[in-house]
Amino acid sequence: MTAAAIAIRHGHLIDPSAGIDAAKDILLKDGRVAEIAAPGRLKLANGAQVIDATGLTIAPGLIDIHVHLREPGQTHKETIATGTAAAAAGGFTAVAAMPNTTPVNDSPEITRWMQAPDRGASVRVFPIGAATRGSKGEFLNDYAALKSAGAVAVTDDGHPILKDNIMRDVLASAARVGLCVIQHAEDTRMTQGASMNLGPVSFKLGLRGMPAEAETSLVERDIRLVAELRESRAHLHVAHTSTAGALAAVRQARRNGLRVTCEVAPHHFLLTEEHVGFYNTHCKMNPPLRSAADRDAMIEGILDGVVDAIATDHAPHATHEKEVEFEHAPNGITGLETALGLSLRWLHKEWKMPLGRVISLLSPQPAALLGFKGRGTLAVGSYADVVIFDPKAEWVYRATDSKSKAKNTPFDGWTMQGKVRWTISEGRIVYTNPA
Amino acid sequence: MNPAATPVRRHIHPPPAPALPFPHHPGSLLSVMDLSVDAVTHILTRATALENEDPLLRDHILLKRRIALLFYESSTRTRTSFELAAKSLGADTTLVSNLSSSIEKGESLKDTGLTLRALGAQAIILRHNSSGAAWLLEESTHLPVINAGDGMHEHPTQALLDLRTILVHLRDGATTVTPETLSGVTVTIVGDILHSRVARSNMLLLPRLGATVMLCGPKELLPEMAAHAGPGIVIERDFEAAMRQSQAIMMLRIQAERIAGLQLDLEEYKASYQLTGQRLASLAPAAVVMHPGPIIRGLEITAGVADGPQSAILEQVTNGVAIRMAVMERALVAAHQEARP
Repeated sequence: MTAAAIAIRHGHLIDPSAGIDAAKDILLKDGRVAEIAAPGRLKLANGAQVIDATGLTIAPGLIDIHVHLREPGQTHKETIATGTAAAAAGGFTAVAAMPNTTPVNDSPEITRWMQAPDRGASVRVFPIGAATRGSKGEFLNDYAALKSAGAVAVTDDGHPILKDNIMRDVLASAARVGLCVIQHAEDTRMTQGASMNLGPVSFKLGLRGMPAEAETSLVERDIRLVAELRESRAHLHVAHTSTAGALAAVRQARRNGLRVTCEVAPHHFLLTEEHVGFYNTHCKMNPPLRSAADRDAMIEGILDGVVDAIATDHAPHATHEKEVEFEHAPNGITGLETALGLSLRWLHKEWKMPLGRVISLLSPQPAALLGFKGRGTLAVGSYADVVIFDPKAEWVYRATDSKSKAKNTPFDGWTMQGKVRWTISEGRIVYTNPA
Repeated sequence: MNPAATPVRRHIHPPPAPALPFPHHPGSLLSVMDLSVDAVTHILTRATALENEDPLLRDHILLKRRIALLFYESSTRTRTSFELAAKSLGADTTLVSNLSSSIEKGESLKDTGLTLRALGAQAIILRHNSSGAAWLLEESTHLPVINAGDGMHEHPTQALLDLRTILVHLRDGATTVTPETLSGVTVTIVGDILHSRVARSNMLLLPRLGATVMLCGPKELLPEMAAHAGPGIVIERDFEAAMRQSQAIMMLRIQAERIAGLQLDLEEYKASYQLTGQRLASLAPAAVVMHPGPIIRGLEITAGVADGPQSAILEQVTNGVAIRMAVMERALVAAHQEARP
């Protein structure tokens, strides 16, 4: 069934990819953007449902290129339905789902299964395929088959590829079919048994620490491999960058003309190892919260443009799984419902980043990074993926209100800025919270 | 600290770390940092008073109160010390160990704590192999929790009994302490600092009373960052240089398998760091020698030193009972009367 046409009137449209930052009305029809016009000038809006966006910002739906939806196999933590409901509530209209499911998504069958209508997704799910069979770092998967099944990148996410020869093959093979390789950069030989950042805080808490070097050195290694494969146009994407050294390496690689991109998660530009406090497992994730100098480098990298995307690393876990001894707690926090509110509260309001640039980091740039055609833009003809939010509204996030199955967030009780009023995915209203 | 970090624009004010809710119960003793200097005085004063009290009167202080000893690690002196201290005050105790309990069946620490509370436990003494376990238990039960050692993190009653031992030898057994009480005193802690909860509690407590804590050991067992754990902490890798400056020397147990795992040569370690009679006589003839136990004779300390006249190792054990009486009294009776830090 085709959704009814929707006319969004009296709002302020921000579409960085089209250079629009002005009062505009917009018409959505048949799942696409049908028309954009000056206020009151839509020509094709007869019979359309009207959304009054007075005082609100209209932007291309947000895109999160790093989420864990836990399905198949770990549905007590999250399902594709609940994870994408949380995405919709956070203003996201597309998410890229990591392959560390049970079983690992290393096949076209699972890739297709994740996108099937029966999963009940509220927003578009783009599976990321495993780089190697079972994410064991030994045998490469069939990237052409994964891509034709809908995979948008390959990664072994939580099982970083350490062997040089395997990583070289992965980069080269992915480049051949035009897929990006996402690396969770962690030299796990340096992080055995560790549960937070290595430093004075980990020493004081009596916890084994992960050195920043474990991340930085692997990013540097990967960049060397990309440089060797320069001719093949291999694309390396550094997931959840958290160390100043890793970001510096990405910056240098870009200067050298290499195809290296990176993302930063809100918790890595807001929190430090000090937030672990007395063993708060909601501050346990991998990569861990780092030093203040690293956190400041993430902020700087976002403001000066070396960071390509904000991605949440939404990693839901059941409450009882987090209510355990710190070193036994699983890594990860939820993020889909807090990314926009935190980005606007801190990047925009506190650190004066223009609203359009914040939107860029959350929509057109991640869309371009993974090659999502017709998304991250509101140009006529593109997908009718839209977020409508009140950019001035301040509100307090309550984890108990989350649409996610999981409540594991360090941002419970934090003040957010920017309240999502409508989220529209391919022309369907998938979330609404009118004032 | 991080040379790769770019200088940050002046207008960046990141969100501050939040205030921490611990301890939930004023009677809890999770860390030595839970105690103000006045609270330390209170515990030391009560330890002496309780030790000197008529056993038949002392028996009424916690009469029929229920204290659970929850032990996830084997222990001789800490467990027995808490148990005897509790019984001296008239409390009923029950021991739950990870072997021979539902913990073996996979029951979580939270559920074990809630079960003990439902059974009527009014305070829990916890020894656990994971750092931070005492915080989790307190958060889960809101009972007074006394940390009897959590992983590599803290062992606050050990630091208090070590303090009492030091005061007996160097300050005529003073029980009233101030931020200057131990001014001019250097306490050297030697050995596997990295994995030691005794070292952490002592290095956070003793400097607040004026002492300098000197840490000594090879870098594999004593990372440079230890010096940043708090004020009044210094690192001296040369054991003999450290000894010359010390009024108290605290040797830590060395686990031979840990040395092997770090590819340190055991004989070399002993040559550098073993406390021998000869070293003691020539470098620190007046220092008090301490060890939290268990000692490995012939490894970190020679039998002659352990049994010698400068050794306070068994006094430490005795002091433990008095300190733990005071800490348990505080947990169940006195905490609400004491000024909170």
